[in-house]
Amino acid sequence: MRTLILLLSFFAATATAGESRIFLKDRPGKNQVVAQCAMCHSLDYITLHATILDRAGWEKTVGKMINIMGAPINNADKQIIIDYLAQNYGK
Amino acid sequence: MVDRRHFIKKSAGSLAALGGLALLQRSGLAAATGAEESTILDTLPGKEALIKKTYRPPNYETPINYFDAPFTPNNLFFVRYHNAVIPDVKISEWRLRIGGDAVLTPLELSLEQLRRDFKQVEIAALCLCAGNRRGLFQPHVPGIQWGSGAMGNALWRGVRLKDVLAGAGIGKSALEVSLAGADSGVHKTTPDFVKSLPLAKALDENTLIAFEMNGEPLPHWNGFPARLIIPGWTATYWIKHLTAVNIISKPFDGYWMKTAYRIPKDRFPSGQFSSQETETAMPITEIVVNSLITNLVDGQTLPNAKPIEIKGVAWDGGNGIARVEVSTDGGINWHQATLKQDYGRFSWRQWHWVFESKRPGAYRIMARATSHSGAGQPLEPIPNPSGYHHNAVQKITIQLA
Repeated sequence: MRTLILLLSFFAATATAGESRIFLKDRPGKNQVVAQCAMCHSLDYITLHATILDRAGWEKTVGKMINIMGAPINNADKQIIIDYLAQNYGK
Repeated sequence: MVDRRHFIKKSAGSLAALGGLALLQRSGLAAATGAEESTILDTLPGKEALIKKTYRPPNYETPINYFDAPFTPNNLFFVRYHNAVIPDVKISEWRLRIGGDAVLTPLELSLEQLRRDFKQVEIAALCLCAGNRRGLFQPHVPGIQWGSGAMGNALWRGVRLKDVLAGAGIGKSALEVSLAGADSGVHKTTPDFVKSLPLAKALDENTLIAFEMNGEPLPHWNGFPARLIIPGWTATYWIKHLTAVNIISKPFDGYWMKTAYRIPKDRFPSGQFSSQETETAMPITEIVVNSLITNLVDGQTLPNAKPIEIKGVAWDGGNGIARVEVSTDGGINWHQATLKQDYGRFSWRQWHWVFESKRPGAYRIMARATSHSGAGQPLEPIPNPSGYHHNAVQKITIQLA
Protein backbone atom coordinates (compact mmCIF):
# COMPACT_ATOMS: atom_id res chain seq x y z
CA MET A 1 0.00 0.00 0.00
CA ARG A 2 2.80 2.35 0.92
CA THR A 3 4.43 1.70 -2.44
CA LEU A 4 1.18 2.49 -4.19
CA ILE A 5 0.83 5.81 -2.39
CA LEU A 6 4.43 6.66 -3.27
CA LEU A 7 3.82 5.80 -6.90
CA LEU A 8 0.64 7.82 -7.07
CA SER A 9 2.27 10.85 -5.49
CA PHE A 10 5.18 10.42 -7.88
CA PHE A 11 2.84 10.38 -10.87
CA ALA A 12 1.16 13.52 -9.62
CA ALA A 13 4.52 15.20 -9.32
CA THR A 14 5.80 14.28 -12.73
CA ALA A 15 2.78 14.44 -15.01
CA THR A 16 3.10 17.57 -17.11
CA ALA A 17 0.35 20.09 -17.75
CA GLY A 18 0.52 19.19 -21.42
CA GLU A 19 -0.02 15.50 -20.92
CA SER A 20 -3.13 16.09 -18.84
CA ARG A 21 -4.72 17.25 -22.10
CA ILE A 22 -4.26 13.87 -23.76
CA PHE A 23 -7.65 12.16 -23.81
CA LEU A 24 -8.03 8.53 -24.66
CA LYS A 25 -11.27 7.20 -26.08
CA ASP A 26 -13.92 6.75 -23.40
CA ARG A 27 -14.57 3.02 -23.82
CA PRO A 28 -14.43 0.00 -21.50
CA GLY A 29 -10.89 -0.64 -20.31
CA LYS A 30 -9.77 2.99 -20.33
CA ASN A 31 -9.50 3.12 -16.54
CA GLN A 32 -7.07 0.20 -16.48
CA VAL A 33 -5.03 1.66 -19.34
CA VAL A 34 -4.69 5.06 -17.66
CA ALA A 35 -3.94 3.57 -14.23
CA GLN A 36 -1.28 1.15 -15.46
CA CYS A 37 0.35 2.78 -18.50
CA ALA A 38 0.48 6.37 -17.23
CA MET A 39 2.38 5.30 -14.15
CA CYS A 40 5.55 5.17 -16.25
CA HIS A 41 4.84 7.23 -19.36
CA SER A 42 2.52 9.78 -20.89
CA LEU A 43 -0.39 8.47 -22.94
CA ASP A 44 0.82 10.02 -26.19
CA TYR A 45 2.93 6.85 -26.47
CA ILE A 46 -0.40 5.16 -27.17
CA THR A 47 -1.86 7.69 -29.60
CA LEU A 48 1.35 7.95 -31.62
CA HIS A 49 1.22 4.21 -32.29
CA ALA A 50 -2.43 4.19 -33.36
CA THR A 51 -1.64 4.03 -37.07
CA ILE A 52 1.22 1.60 -36.55
CA LEU A 53 0.25 -1.30 -34.26
CA ASP A 54 -2.40 -3.93 -35.01
CA ARG A 55 -3.71 -6.34 -32.35
CA ALA A 56 -0.61 -8.53 -32.58
CA GLY A 57 1.54 -5.42 -32.29
CA TRP A 58 -0.30 -4.23 -29.17
CA GLU A 59 -0.05 -7.71 -27.63
CA LYS A 60 3.69 -7.69 -28.21
CA THR A 61 4.04 -4.15 -26.84
CA VAL A 62 2.05 -4.78 -23.66
CA GLY A 63 4.01 -8.01 -23.18
CA LYS A 64 7.26 -6.05 -23.51
CA MET A 65 6.09 -3.52 -20.93
CA ILE A 66 5.41 -6.33 -18.45
CA ASN A 67 8.25 -8.74 -19.18
CA ILE A 68 11.06 -6.36 -20.05
CA MET A 69 10.10 -2.96 -18.63
CA GLY A 70 8.85 -4.46 -15.38
CA ALA A 71 5.31 -3.08 -15.37
CA PRO A 72 3.43 -4.79 -12.49
CA ILE A 73 0.27 -5.60 -14.47
CA ASN A 74 -1.73 -8.72 -13.60
CA ASN A 75 -3.10 -11.07 -16.26
CA ALA A 76 -6.70 -9.85 -16.01
CA ASP A 77 -5.68 -6.23 -16.53
CA LYS A 78 -3.23 -7.23 -19.23
CA GLN A 79 -6.04 -8.70 -21.33
CA ILE A 80 -8.33 -5.68 -20.73
CA ILE A 81 -5.52 -3.33 -21.75
CA ILE A 82 -4.68 -5.29 -24.92
CA ASP A 83 -8.36 -5.41 -25.93
CA TYR A 84 -8.83 -1.68 -25.32
CA LEU A 85 -5.70 -0.75 -27.31
CA ALA A 86 -6.45 -3.13 -30.19
CA GLN A 87 -10.09 -2.02 -30.46
CA ASN A 88 -9.53 1.73 -30.07
CA TYR A 89 -5.97 2.32 -31.25
CA GLY A 90 -5.38 -0.63 -33.56
CA LYS A 91 -4.23 -0.23 -37.13
CA MET B 1 21.67 13.13 -4.12
CA VAL B 2 18.84 14.29 -6.29
CA ASP B 3 15.41 15.83 -6.31
CA ARG B 4 12.62 14.82 -8.57
CA ARG B 5 12.02 17.47 -11.11
CA HIS B 6 8.72 19.20 -11.49
CA PHE B 7 8.56 19.96 -15.14
CA ILE B 8 5.20 21.63 -15.23
CA LYS B 9 5.95 24.80 -17.14
CA LYS B 10 4.14 25.10 -20.39
CA SER B 11 3.87 27.92 -22.83
CA ALA B 12 2.71 28.61 -26.31
CA GLY B 13 5.28 28.23 -29.06
CA SER B 14 6.93 31.23 -30.62
CA LEU B 15 5.92 32.24 -34.11
CA ALA B 16 9.36 31.29 -35.36
CA ALA B 17 9.00 27.78 -34.05
CA LEU B 18 5.50 27.49 -35.47
CA GLY B 19 7.01 28.35 -38.81
CA GLY B 20 9.49 25.56 -38.21
CA LEU B 21 6.72 23.11 -37.51
CA ALA B 22 5.01 23.98 -40.74
CA LEU B 23 8.35 23.49 -42.44
CA LEU B 24 8.72 20.04 -40.91
CA GLN B 25 5.23 18.95 -41.78
CA ARG B 26 5.58 20.05 -45.35
CA SER B 27 9.20 19.06 -45.92
CA GLY B 28 9.90 16.35 -48.45
CA LEU B 29 10.62 13.99 -45.58
CA ALA B 30 7.43 14.53 -43.59
CA ALA B 31 5.42 11.40 -42.91
CA ALA B 32 2.34 11.03 -45.01
CA THR B 33 0.04 9.49 -42.42
CA GLY B 34 -1.42 10.17 -39.01
CA ALA B 35 1.73 9.64 -36.98
CA GLU B 36 2.67 13.30 -37.31
CA GLU B 37 -0.78 14.68 -36.57
CA SER B 38 -0.48 14.52 -32.80
CA THR B 39 2.73 16.51 -33.05
CA ILE B 40 2.52 19.86 -31.25
CA LEU B 41 4.93 22.49 -30.02
CA ASP B 42 5.70 22.48 -26.32
CA THR B 43 8.24 24.19 -24.11
CA LEU B 44 10.35 22.36 -21.53
CA PRO B 45 11.83 24.54 -18.76
CA GLY B 46 14.98 26.19 -20.11
CA LYS B 47 14.15 25.34 -23.73
CA GLU B 48 12.46 27.17 -26.56
CA ALA B 49 9.35 25.60 -28.06
CA LEU B 50 10.29 22.30 -29.71
CA ILE B 51 8.28 19.65 -31.52
CA LYS B 52 6.83 17.41 -28.83
CA LYS B 53 6.73 13.72 -29.64
CA THR B 54 6.05 12.48 -26.09
CA TYR B 55 5.74 14.36 -22.80
CA ARG B 56 7.02 11.75 -20.33
CA PRO B 57 9.72 10.63 -20.70
CA PRO B 58 10.34 13.83 -22.67
CA ASN B 59 11.08 13.39 -26.38
CA TYR B 60 11.27 16.65 -28.33
CA GLU B 61 12.82 17.41 -31.71
CA THR B 62 14.19 20.63 -33.19
CA PRO B 63 12.32 22.36 -36.07
CA ILE B 64 14.69 22.01 -39.03
CA ASN B 65 14.77 25.69 -39.94
CA TYR B 66 17.03 26.13 -36.88
CA PHE B 67 19.65 23.97 -38.61
CA ASP B 68 20.65 27.01 -40.67
CA ALA B 69 23.18 27.81 -37.91
CA PRO B 70 26.48 25.87 -37.83
CA PHE B 71 25.94 25.05 -34.14
CA THR B 72 22.52 24.29 -32.72
CA PRO B 73 21.78 26.56 -29.74
CA ASN B 74 21.47 24.74 -26.41
CA ASN B 75 17.92 25.97 -25.83
CA LEU B 76 16.88 24.51 -29.21
CA PHE B 77 18.74 21.21 -28.92
CA PHE B 78 16.61 18.06 -29.15
CA VAL B 79 15.71 16.05 -26.04
CA ARG B 80 15.51 12.26 -25.87
CA TYR B 81 14.96 10.04 -22.80
CA HIS B 82 14.02 6.38 -22.33
CA ASN B 83 13.01 6.55 -18.66
CA ALA B 84 10.86 9.13 -16.88
CA VAL B 85 12.68 9.75 -13.60
CA ILE B 86 15.14 12.49 -14.50
CA PRO B 87 16.83 13.93 -11.44
CA ASP B 88 17.96 17.51 -10.98
CA VAL B 89 21.60 16.75 -10.35
CA LYS B 90 23.42 18.91 -7.77
CA ILE B 91 27.06 19.49 -8.64
CA SER B 92 28.05 19.30 -4.96
CA GLU B 93 26.59 15.81 -4.69
CA TRP B 94 27.40 14.47 -8.13
CA ARG B 95 30.16 11.84 -8.37
CA LEU B 96 31.48 9.85 -11.28
CA ARG B 97 32.44 6.32 -10.25
CA ILE B 98 34.91 4.26 -12.27
CA GLY B 99 34.64 0.58 -11.42
CA GLY B 100 33.90 -2.82 -12.93
CA ASP B 101 35.49 -6.27 -12.66
CA ALA B 102 38.42 -5.25 -14.88
CA VAL B 103 39.38 -2.00 -13.16
CA LEU B 104 42.68 -1.88 -11.27
CA THR B 105 41.75 0.83 -8.72
CA PRO B 106 38.13 2.01 -8.48
CA LEU B 107 37.92 5.76 -8.65
CA GLU B 108 35.42 8.39 -7.56
CA LEU B 109 35.59 11.89 -9.03
CA SER B 110 33.80 15.15 -8.32
CA LEU B 111 33.09 17.52 -11.20
CA GLU B 112 35.83 19.78 -9.86
CA GLN B 113 38.36 16.91 -9.96
CA LEU B 114 37.24 15.93 -13.44
CA ARG B 115 37.78 19.47 -14.69
CA ARG B 116 41.05 20.03 -12.82
CA ASP B 117 42.89 16.71 -12.98
CA PHE B 118 42.55 15.89 -16.67
CA LYS B 119 43.44 17.72 -19.86
CA GLN B 120 40.45 19.53 -21.32
CA VAL B 121 39.70 19.25 -25.03
CA GLU B 122 37.03 20.64 -27.33
CA ILE B 123 35.46 18.99 -30.35
CA ALA B 124 32.66 19.85 -32.76
CA ALA B 125 30.39 16.85 -33.22
CA LEU B 126 26.93 16.00 -34.46
CA CYS B 127 24.66 14.39 -31.86
CA LEU B 128 22.25 12.24 -33.89
CA CYS B 129 19.52 10.02 -32.50
CA ALA B 130 19.76 6.55 -34.04
CA GLY B 131 16.03 6.73 -34.79
CA ASN B 132 16.07 10.15 -36.45
CA ARG B 133 13.54 10.10 -39.36
CA ARG B 134 11.97 6.85 -38.11
CA GLY B 135 8.57 8.42 -38.73
CA LEU B 136 9.38 8.54 -42.45
CA PHE B 137 9.72 4.78 -42.94
CA GLN B 138 6.90 3.20 -44.93
CA PRO B 139 5.42 1.05 -43.59
CA HIS B 140 5.80 2.67 -40.16
CA VAL B 141 7.73 0.80 -37.50
CA PRO B 142 7.03 1.13 -33.76
CA GLY B 143 8.98 3.65 -31.71
CA ILE B 144 9.07 7.43 -31.40
CA GLN B 145 7.98 8.73 -34.82
CA TRP B 146 10.83 11.18 -35.27
CA GLY B 147 10.95 13.61 -38.15
CA SER B 148 14.33 15.04 -39.19
CA GLY B 149 15.00 17.07 -36.05
CA ALA B 150 16.35 14.52 -33.56
CA MET B 151 19.85 15.83 -34.11
CA GLY B 152 22.00 18.84 -33.38
CA ASN B 153 25.56 20.02 -33.92
CA ALA B 154 27.52 21.37 -30.95
CA LEU B 155 30.95 22.25 -29.68
CA TRP B 156 31.63 19.95 -26.74
CA ARG B 157 34.25 20.57 -24.03
CA GLY B 158 35.36 17.91 -21.63
CA VAL B 159 38.07 15.41 -20.82
CA ARG B 160 39.07 12.25 -22.64
CA LEU B 161 37.43 9.08 -21.35
CA LYS B 162 40.76 7.29 -21.93
CA ASP B 163 42.57 9.63 -19.52
CA VAL B 164 39.96 8.98 -16.83
CA LEU B 165 40.13 5.22 -17.43
CA ALA B 166 43.94 5.36 -17.24
CA GLY B 167 43.60 7.11 -13.90
CA ALA B 168 41.76 4.09 -12.55
CA GLY B 169 43.86 1.55 -14.41
CA ILE B 170 42.64 -0.90 -17.03
CA GLY B 171 43.03 -4.60 -16.21
CA LYS B 172 44.27 -7.10 -18.80
CA SER B 173 40.87 -8.78 -19.04
CA ALA B 174 39.08 -5.56 -20.07
CA LEU B 175 36.69 -6.08 -23.02
CA GLU B 176 34.03 -3.36 -22.83
CA VAL B 177 33.28 -0.20 -20.86
CA SER B 178 29.69 0.16 -19.62
CA LEU B 179 28.08 3.55 -19.01
CA ALA B 180 25.12 4.58 -16.86
CA GLY B 181 23.47 7.86 -15.94
CA ALA B 182 21.39 9.20 -13.06
CA ASP B 183 18.02 8.82 -14.83
CA SER B 184 15.90 5.74 -14.18
CA GLY B 185 12.48 4.16 -14.57
CA VAL B 186 9.54 4.69 -12.23
CA HIS B 187 9.56 1.06 -11.07
CA LYS B 188 12.63 -0.61 -9.59
CA THR B 189 11.98 -3.45 -12.03
CA THR B 190 12.48 -1.23 -15.09
CA PRO B 191 15.93 -1.70 -16.63
CA ASP B 192 18.19 1.32 -16.35
CA PHE B 193 19.38 2.83 -19.60
CA VAL B 194 22.87 1.32 -19.63
CA LYS B 195 25.08 1.06 -22.71
CA SER B 196 28.54 -0.30 -23.36
CA LEU B 197 31.39 0.53 -25.73
CA PRO B 198 34.10 -1.75 -27.08
CA LEU B 199 37.34 -0.97 -25.22
CA ALA B 200 38.94 0.47 -28.39
CA LYS B 201 36.15 3.05 -28.79
CA ALA B 202 36.32 3.96 -25.09
CA LEU B 203 40.06 4.59 -25.58
CA ASP B 204 39.59 6.63 -28.78
CA GLU B 205 41.08 10.10 -28.30
CA ASN B 206 37.82 11.68 -29.49
CA THR B 207 35.61 9.95 -26.91
CA LEU B 208 34.95 12.54 -24.21
CA ILE B 209 33.21 13.06 -20.92
CA ALA B 210 31.81 16.52 -21.72
CA PHE B 211 30.63 19.13 -19.23
CA GLU B 212 30.19 22.06 -21.61
CA MET B 213 28.17 22.48 -24.77
CA ASN B 214 28.62 25.54 -27.01
CA GLY B 215 30.57 27.29 -24.24
CA GLU B 216 27.98 26.77 -21.50
CA PRO B 217 27.34 24.08 -18.90
CA LEU B 218 25.26 21.23 -20.35
CA PRO B 219 21.53 21.99 -20.15
CA HIS B 220 19.58 19.80 -17.73
CA TRP B 221 17.75 18.12 -20.62
CA ASN B 222 21.00 17.35 -22.42
CA GLY B 223 22.79 15.62 -19.56
CA PHE B 224 23.92 18.07 -16.87
CA PRO B 225 26.50 17.99 -15.37
CA ALA B 226 28.42 15.55 -17.61
CA ARG B 227 27.69 13.23 -20.52
CA LEU B 228 29.52 10.96 -22.91
CA ILE B 229 30.42 12.24 -26.37
CA ILE B 230 31.27 9.56 -28.93
CA PRO B 231 31.84 11.52 -32.14
CA GLY B 232 30.76 9.64 -35.25
CA TRP B 233 28.57 7.17 -33.33
CA THR B 234 24.82 7.51 -32.90
CA ALA B 235 23.64 9.27 -29.74
CA THR B 236 22.34 6.11 -28.04
CA TYR B 237 25.85 5.77 -26.53
CA TRP B 238 26.08 9.42 -25.44
CA ILE B 239 24.90 8.72 -21.87
CA LYS B 240 23.51 11.79 -20.11
CA HIS B 241 23.92 12.66 -16.39
CA LEU B 242 26.82 10.17 -16.42
CA THR B 243 27.45 8.60 -13.01
CA ALA B 244 29.00 5.18 -13.60
CA VAL B 245 31.73 3.94 -15.92
CA ASN B 246 32.62 0.27 -15.52
CA ILE B 247 35.54 -1.52 -17.12
CA ILE B 248 34.23 -5.04 -17.68
CA SER B 249 35.62 -8.35 -18.90
CA LYS B 250 32.41 -9.78 -20.42
CA PRO B 251 29.97 -8.43 -23.00
CA PHE B 252 27.41 -6.26 -21.20
CA ASP B 253 24.10 -8.10 -21.47
CA GLY B 254 21.48 -5.52 -20.49
CA TYR B 255 18.34 -4.98 -22.57
CA TRP B 256 19.63 -1.79 -24.19
CA MET B 257 22.61 -3.62 -25.68
CA LYS B 258 21.40 -7.16 -26.21
CA THR B 259 17.93 -6.43 -27.59
CA ALA B 260 17.48 -2.75 -28.41
CA TYR B 261 19.38 -0.55 -30.85
CA ARG B 262 20.32 -3.44 -33.10
CA ILE B 263 20.39 -3.74 -36.90
CA PRO B 264 20.59 -6.66 -39.34
CA LYS B 265 24.20 -7.43 -40.25
CA ASP B 266 23.53 -8.14 -43.91
CA ARG B 267 22.22 -4.65 -44.77
CA PHE B 268 24.70 -2.26 -43.17
CA PRO B 269 28.48 -1.79 -42.96
CA SER B 270 30.41 -3.51 -40.18
CA GLY B 271 29.48 -2.37 -36.70
CA GLN B 272 32.95 -2.38 -35.13
CA PHE B 273 31.55 -4.00 -32.02
CA SER B 274 32.34 -7.71 -32.37
CA SER B 275 31.73 -8.59 -28.69
CA GLN B 276 28.06 -7.59 -29.11
CA GLU B 277 27.37 -9.25 -32.47
CA THR B 278 25.38 -12.37 -33.14
CA GLU B 279 25.31 -14.26 -36.42
CA THR B 280 22.59 -12.02 -37.83
CA ALA B 281 22.49 -8.77 -35.80
CA MET B 282 24.81 -6.12 -34.42
CA PRO B 283 24.48 -2.92 -32.41
CA ILE B 284 23.96 0.27 -34.41
CA THR B 285 27.22 2.22 -34.09
CA GLU B 286 28.54 4.61 -36.74
CA ILE B 287 26.40 7.35 -38.29
CA VAL B 288 25.79 6.81 -42.03
CA VAL B 289 26.30 9.54 -44.64
CA ASN B 290 23.28 11.80 -44.96
CA SER B 291 22.06 15.28 -45.88
CA LEU B 292 19.08 17.56 -45.34
CA ILE B 293 17.66 20.58 -47.18
CA THR B 294 16.79 23.03 -44.42
CA ASN B 295 15.15 25.99 -46.18
CA LEU B 296 12.60 24.59 -48.64
CA VAL B 297 9.33 22.80 -48.02
CA ASP B 298 7.40 20.42 -50.21
CA GLY B 299 4.72 22.19 -52.24
CA GLN B 300 6.19 25.64 -51.68
CA THR B 301 5.64 28.31 -54.37
CA LEU B 302 8.46 30.76 -55.03
CA PRO B 303 8.85 33.68 -57.47
CA ASN B 304 10.56 32.58 -60.67
CA ALA B 305 12.21 35.94 -61.16
CA LYS B 306 14.77 35.59 -58.40
CA PRO B 307 17.61 33.06 -57.93
CA ILE B 308 16.84 30.59 -55.15
CA GLU B 309 19.49 29.69 -52.62
CA ILE B 310 19.07 26.06 -51.60
CA LYS B 311 20.66 25.43 -48.20
CA GLY B 312 21.26 22.46 -45.99
CA VAL B 313 23.58 20.32 -43.92
CA ALA B 314 25.43 17.06 -44.61
CA TRP B 315 27.20 14.66 -42.27
CA ASP B 316 28.63 11.19 -41.77
CA GLY B 317 30.33 9.07 -39.10
CA GLY B 318 33.72 10.78 -39.18
CA ASN B 319 35.20 10.48 -42.65
CA GLY B 320 33.99 13.97 -43.46
CA ILE B 321 31.86 15.20 -46.34
CA ALA B 322 33.59 15.22 -49.74
CA ARG B 323 30.76 16.74 -51.74
CA VAL B 324 27.07 17.55 -51.83
CA GLU B 325 25.15 17.59 -55.09
CA VAL B 326 21.78 19.14 -55.82
CA SER B 327 19.32 18.19 -58.56
CA THR B 328 16.37 20.31 -59.67
CA ASP B 329 15.00 17.79 -62.21
CA GLY B 330 14.31 14.76 -60.05
CA GLY B 331 17.83 13.34 -60.21
CA ILE B 332 18.67 13.52 -63.93
CA ASN B 333 21.28 16.26 -63.63
CA TRP B 334 23.32 17.02 -60.53
CA HIS B 335 25.17 20.21 -59.58
CA GLN B 336 27.93 20.51 -57.03
CA ALA B 337 26.98 22.59 -54.00
CA THR B 338 29.45 24.84 -52.19
CA LEU B 339 30.54 23.49 -48.82
CA LYS B 340 30.79 26.07 -46.05
CA GLN B 341 33.30 26.19 -43.19
CA ASP B 342 34.79 22.87 -42.05
CA TYR B 343 34.57 22.48 -38.25
CA GLY B 344 36.16 19.02 -38.26
CA ARG B 345 35.23 15.59 -39.54
CA PHE B 346 32.65 14.89 -36.82
CA SER B 347 30.74 18.15 -37.31
CA TRP B 348 27.99 18.43 -39.85
CA ARG B 349 28.90 20.53 -42.89
CA GLN B 350 26.69 23.32 -44.13
CA TRP B 351 26.28 23.70 -47.89
CA HIS B 352 24.41 25.89 -50.37
CA TRP B 353 23.73 26.13 -54.07
CA VAL B 354 22.01 28.85 -56.08
CA PHE B 355 19.29 27.72 -58.45
CA GLU B 356 18.65 30.09 -61.36
CA SER B 357 15.59 28.75 -63.10
CA LYS B 358 14.86 29.55 -66.71
CA ARG B 359 11.09 29.13 -66.66
CA PRO B 360 8.10 28.75 -64.32
CA GLY B 361 6.83 25.31 -63.38
CA ALA B 362 7.30 22.44 -60.96
CA TYR B 363 10.80 21.42 -59.94
CA ARG B 364 11.80 18.24 -58.14
CA ILE B 365 14.63 19.24 -55.76
CA MET B 366 16.98 16.60 -54.38
CA ALA B 367 20.25 16.68 -52.43
CA ARG B 368 22.81 13.93 -51.90
CA ALA B 369 26.06 13.80 -49.97
CA THR B 370 29.18 11.70 -50.49
CA SER B 371 31.72 11.14 -47.74
CA HIS B 372 35.51 11.05 -48.07
CA SER B 373 35.26 7.25 -47.87
CA GLY B 374 33.14 7.31 -51.04
CA ALA B 375 29.91 6.31 -49.29
CA GLY B 376 26.72 7.91 -50.61
CA GLN B 377 23.01 7.98 -49.85
CA PRO B 378 20.49 5.45 -51.19
CA LEU B 379 17.38 6.63 -53.06
CA GLU B 380 15.15 4.67 -50.68
CA PRO B 381 15.74 4.00 -46.96
CA ILE B 382 17.13 0.57 -46.04
CA PRO B 383 14.33 -1.28 -44.20
CA ASN B 384 15.16 -2.60 -40.73
CA PRO B 385 12.87 -3.64 -37.85
CA SER B 386 13.49 -0.64 -35.58
CA GLY B 387 13.72 2.08 -38.22
CA TYR B 388 17.34 3.17 -37.83
CA HIS B 389 19.77 4.75 -40.32
CA HIS B 390 17.17 6.52 -42.51
CA ASN B 391 19.46 8.25 -44.96
CA ALA B 392 17.48 8.22 -48.20
CA VAL B 393 17.97 11.12 -50.59
CA GLN B 394 15.41 13.83 -49.79
CA LYS B 395 12.93 14.83 -52.51
CA ILE B 396 11.03 18.14 -52.48
CA THR B 397 8.74 19.57 -55.16
CA ILE B 398 8.57 23.35 -55.45
CA GLN B 399 6.59 25.56 -57.81
CA LEU B 400 8.14 28.56 -59.51
CA ALA B 401 5.59 31.13 -60.63
